[in-house]
Amino acid sequence: MSVTGKIWALHLGVLVMLAVAQAVLPAYHANNLARIMVLAVFAMGYNIAFGYTGLLSLGHALFFGFGMYGMGLAVWQVEWTFFPAVVLGLLAGGASAAAVGMLALRTAGVSFMIVTLMFAQAGYLTVLYFNQYTGGDQGFAVEAFARQVFGYDLAQDTPRAVAAFVLFAVALVLNLVLVRSRFGRVMAAMRENEERSRMLGYDVFHVKLRVMVISGLYAGAAGAAFGVLFGYVGANFATVQYSILPMLYVLMGGAGVVLGPLLGAVVMFYLIDIASGLTSAHLLVVGVALVVLVLFAPRGLLGMVRERWLPWLP
Amino acid sequence: MGFGPFLLLALLEGTVAAAVLALTAVGLSLVFGVMRVVNVAHGEFFMLGAVVAWFVAAAVPGHAAMGFMLALVVAPLVVAGVAALADWLVLKRLNYDPEATIVATIGLLYILQQSALTFFGPTPRPVEAPFTWRIQTPWFGYSGYKLFVVLAAIAILLAVWAFMTRTRAGLVMRATQVDRQTARAFGINVDRVYAGTFALGAGLAAVAAVLVVPVSQAHYLMGGDPLLLSFIVVIIGGLGSLRGTLVAALVIGLGDGVISMFFSPTLAKIIATLLVALVLVFRPQGLFGAKA
Repeated sequence: MSVTGKIWALHLGVLVMLAVAQAVLPAYHANNLARIMVLAVFAMGYNIAFGYTGLLSLGHALFFGFGMYGMGLAVWQVEWTFFPAVVLGLLAGGASAAAVGMLALRTAGVSFMIVTLMFAQAGYLTVLYFNQYTGGDQGFAVEAFARQVFGYDLAQDTPRAVAAFVLFAVALVLNLVLVRSRFGRVMAAMRENEERSRMLGYDVFHVKLRVMVISGLYAGAAGAAFGVLFGYVGANFATVQYSILPMLYVLMGGAGVVLGPLLGAVVMFYLIDIASGLTSAHLLVVGVALVVLVLFAPRGLLGMVRERWLPWLP
Repeated sequence: MGFGPFLLLALLEGTVAAAVLALTAVGLSLVFGVMRVVNVAHGEFFMLGAVVAWFVAAAVPGHAAMGFMLALVVAPLVVAGVAALADWLVLKRLNYDPEATIVATIGLLYILQQSALTFFGPTPRPVEAPFTWRIQTPWFGYSGYKLFVVLAAIAILLAVWAFMTRTRAGLVMRATQVDRQTARAFGINVDRVYAGTFALGAGLAAVAAVLVVPVSQAHYLMGGDPLLLSFIVVIIGGLGSLRGTLVAALVIGLGDGVISMFFSPTLAKIIATLLVALVLVFRPQGLFGAKA
């Protein structure tokens, strides 16, 4: 089989496995899988920026939050229905990433991390400050009328699982197409050697800005979907923790691998889930995982698989 | 109470905040200056200082001052030890790569915070102040202990300054800051300098926490605000510049105190975080730092 054939067979195979898993798993795990797929979309967006382009952001919670609140406020304040509200969330994620990118991309490395962190923190505090419009840290529920799609109710398990799967499948295919395109190669060139890319005539700032917007669209879509699928919009989704989580998923699964975010999200979700059954200090898992990964496995699980066995993994 | 006394109270509170902030931020600034490591776990060293202070104070019977004085010695030493261990186990193995160390210290943040939750519990606990007399102004009574905090902070900062400029160890640290390779070539044990610097930075955060814990409380989530404010101060003061850090701590501490008193603390933080982001973008050497 040609490499292209192998790649598509693998990724479509994973999608089929996910669909089967959704159908046969018991309700608790099927519901977890729906959450994992939405969070994996968020992490895919992070991977496009960090894994492929080398932009280590600590502010993706802002784009996720913009997606979630863009959708949520459109429903709550002006009573938009599902499709316009979710599209608004998606665009809000992209627009916020564009705005942050315009400023933050003037810096690089550690400064870029801190600038994105600070913008995200300012965004979180803004949600708290305008609590009469945003519900503050109490958050608010997404009303039932906005959770109706083609006559199905997203509050029920099966429609919700299907919606999460559709979102994930579209995101995965687009991600694969993106990284295998010409633009995807330019992204990798930025990561590998920015100066040389500049010398070859690429507009570094412009390329990175486009990457940030794509990444923000993914985060916005995931934020809007998370809010509408699970029926709740809250300020804790805009905290630093939601910038750390996609980074952790990507590091765990493998930065710069299309399936990395999914695998990382599955592993971390269940590690945290198991730990929270044992102790209230379940976030200890997050800390240990970060330290262990950065020390012993900076390429992540699929990164190691690619290194040893599957050099063609995109 | 009229506007004048109200402003006086705000300024007093601001001075106390600035003193504590200066200690914490100087620790962060030292670590960044010498090691080029952005220590995201700095706030957790602060928290750890307060928690250890509570354990020490709870273990010592008799007058509150005894426990407090002992905590003021023990807590920074314990925290410095933890920091040196973290440096040896984690940061050194990463070869102090700037981006990898940020990720690692984020991990450290969770590890320290969640360990505190496990061993200390979720309830905030107070440490008794060593003395309780109050200064009576015509409008309000003010805690004498808070003024002690300011004086103690000034004394410790002077000691740090003397250490950095007047001792051999300080000279070695400054040499390593300027050029790690050349320092190594001159026979300086850079690994030990780094471990020492990381321990010193964490110890300063712990001292600040012990000083502040009698007026606030020890809590496992208390590290967030000191971290954010120290970041703000260190960046606005110019990364790695100790003098800039001190000036910025004064400005931000007073400003935060006054703005928080008259407006909302959240608004003060929004303004400060945006300011930091914009300073890093448009004036990376800081507002008070020399041209890089």
